[in-house]
Amino acid sequence: MSTEAGVGPDRVDGRMTPGFRAGVRAGVPFALAGALLSASFGVLAGDVGMPGWAAILMSAIVFAGSAQIAALTIIGAGGGLGSAIGAAALMNSRFLPMGIAVGPSLPGGPAARAVQGQTVVDASWAIAADGEGGFDRHLMFGSTAIQYVAWVTGTVAGVIGGSALGDPKTLGLDAIYPAFFLALMIGEIRSGHALGVAAAGALIALALIPIAPAGVPVLVASLASLLGLIRRAA
Amino acid sequence: MSTATAVGLIAACAIVTATIKGVGPVALGGRELPPWFTSIVAMMAPALFAALVVTQALADGREWAVGADTAGVALAGIAAWRGASVIAVVAIAVVTTAVLRAV
Repeated sequence: MSTEAGVGPDRVDGRMTPGFRAGVRAGVPFALAGALLSASFGVLAGDVGMPGWAAILMSAIVFAGSAQIAALTIIGAGGGLGSAIGAAALMNSRFLPMGIAVGPSLPGGPAARAVQGQTVVDASWAIAADGEGGFDRHLMFGSTAIQYVAWVTGTVAGVIGGSALGDPKTLGLDAIYPAFFLALMIGEIRSGHALGVAAAGALIALALIPIAPAGVPVLVASLASLLGLIRRAA
Repeated sequence: MSTATAVGLIAACAIVTATIKGVGPVALGGRELPPWFTSIVAMMAPALFAALVVTQALADGREWAVGADTAGVALAGIAAWRGASVIAVVAIAVVTTAVLRAV
């Protein structure tokens, strides 16, 4: 087991450690933004003819916003089940490098780490990162817990109040996700070097948008993190 | 959408997501972090989040696109840079986008 700094106190999982509570607090703003997003997911589900209970079930057991929205958008555009699932997989492919990054900060055997890896969501992963390669898993668990509650609650609200809410695009709700990620990105830019990596990641993604299926540009852009090696060598 | 389609979609998405999230932490066998690895990991967040921003604010499907949401997100970015909270950042993006679409 890794003993890197940032692992946090060794406690039985599920207990309210101080790190967990701090994670819940740190996750609140992201949970609120997530609730708005999941409400718009609930509306989208209604638009493409998915039953309300199914939309809520999807949020409860998939709990991956961009993948859920990508899958339903494809169904809505008349695409097949296979393309929808493929798009969801590609949107979630970023959790592979994120999980690899978190792995050494998680205790226990492979099965225990795989289970803890289920709590990796964008904001929690960023909140838990110490900026030097380590992660505080309790912060991640707490932040994910509050975001999960908000995600499911928001979906219920979107399903129930969907018709009253109107078109998510007219309301500008499609700007939530990029703004959310931009806030996360700016929080991570603590050096000129990180800014360079962000610019490289953005350029890679931009170049791939017209030629690769959704999700692939983001996955490939993670290779910009290899620029981290240059600073170390310098 | 039939019940069978909905259940199939949800089950498949759940399995795919759980698998992807489960594989990452196990992939390297929980070994000690070599220093070169931590250098890469520390730079993963800026790279991934920047890519997520451009694929959503500067594209419409597989085409580059600049629209009301691009302006909203840009304004939100300035607010974030100046230290605004996530909620304020998201609110600025949504309101700006909605207002620009309304006019």
